[in-house]
Amino acid sequence: MKVRIDPEICQGQGRCFSIAPGIFDFDDLGNGVVIGDGTLTSDSIEQARLAQLNCPEHAIFIEE
Amino acid sequence: MSDIVEESVTHKVPVEDFATDWDHTDPQWVNDPYPIWEDLRERCPVAHTDRYGGGWFPTTHEMVSSIANDTEHFTSRMVVVVHNKYPPNFIPAPIGGAPPITSDPPFHAIARRVILPAFAPGPVNALEPQIRALCNKHLDQMVGHEFVDGGTDYAQYIPPGVIATMLGFPSEDEEIFRDIVHLVLDLIDLPSEVRGPLFEPMSEYFTKQIDDHIENPRDDLTSYLLNVEVGGKKLDRQHVAGTMVLVLVAGIDTTWSAIGSAIWHLARHPDDLARLVNEPDLLPVAVEEFLRFYAPVTMARLVAEDHEFFGCPMKKDDWVLLGFPAANRDPKAFENADRFIIDRAANRHAAFGLGIHRCVGSNLARLELRVAIEEFIKRFPKFELADSEGVTWAPGQVRGPRHLPLRILS
Repeated sequence: MKVRIDPEICQGQGRCFSIAPGIFDFDDLGNGVVIGDGTLTSDSIEQARLAQLNCPEHAIFIEE
Repeated sequence: MSDIVEESVTHKVPVEDFATDWDHTDPQWVNDPYPIWEDLRERCPVAHTDRYGGGWFPTTHEMVSSIANDTEHFTSRMVVVVHNKYPPNFIPAPIGGAPPITSDPPFHAIARRVILPAFAPGPVNALEPQIRALCNKHLDQMVGHEFVDGGTDYAQYIPPGVIATMLGFPSEDEEIFRDIVHLVLDLIDLPSEVRGPLFEPMSEYFTKQIDDHIENPRDDLTSYLLNVEVGGKKLDRQHVAGTMVLVLVAGIDTTWSAIGSAIWHLARHPDDLARLVNEPDLLPVAVEEFLRFYAPVTMARLVAEDHEFFGCPMKKDDWVLLGFPAANRDPKAFENADRFIIDRAANRHAAFGLGIHRCVGSNLARLELRVAIEEFIKRFPKFELADSEGVTWAPGQVRGPRHLPLRILS
């Protein structure tokens, strides 16, 4: 499973990197970015889903 | 100023039906807007008014989101509902008077990119110790009193202190900042010939600050704005002044209201207060629910061209009141939307807006709100409302308690 942020949709609401700082970070403008290639482990998937459920812009995608 | 306000309030016609005659400065709306919005959401769900030159008020999350993301049919040229849609000093779209909040694409992205780095988490998080010290300075003065005012003794001081530092304005000018905010956001129902001249001292104040920063450049947002280059050119002075007005106005009343509303909630819900005192790690989650449930900021748009919106015949230059706080209470978007759930796990609230105009200061606002509440409940783990009749609310598009009489319990 992999997580990604669509940069066209992300508006820098800042929820992802607050909720799951191990998975997401922010760039110089405050937009969310995925750390590394976004591969999720069984430990991190729940955090990624929680971030997804808190993104007001629906910019986070979790894919098989 | 208060005489003018009093006069405009005295002459006001009370609203009988908000569906056809909404007015966000009506006392009923100011005191408790939530039942009104709920009623409108079920009954309309887009309300209309002929006041302020005509406007609409959509109440569902779907509609609010759709408008926020449709910059073609809705312009941000003016974002505060007032009587005159073309004030004398008006700057047309796509720039508007206070870029980037008043800007439309494509200029919006340029103006926004200029200020985003200053409000990104890195520089903002560095302010935490200073915000904590500011909170404690005011808490020190409240200690030992049984009765305090969570608004006038505390919440109102936190954001002005932070914004003054960021802009590099003298912190002793706080009272001037609050006057400016009051003028821009509260005195909206004044006739334009009365409202217009009130802006002169504000322009003079900003001129003075800009001149001072040109003569004595320093490491702050004002000097940054004066020197930053876009496409090899410095910003023009009008743009700099507009962005300074934005940072000052949008950075003060809003967070002050959010802090006040959170304290108001805790004063009335001892269980939630006790839970936060005992589980301080819950605070970041609770902050998001404070923001959802008591979202302080409603924005506005002007209709850019005639079109039909969810069956409503919208005409160019009609106002649209963009109720993010109403969207946050929409049961179609949130489970148990009308209940404050302090540990709500999934919370896609729209308190900072949606789309390209997402509040630039959201990282700062969150930080101030979290630290202000954290320090307040550390100092006062038990308190209650001293006089519920004594609580007063800011009118208009930014909602929060101004007077918040509290009794500190031992």
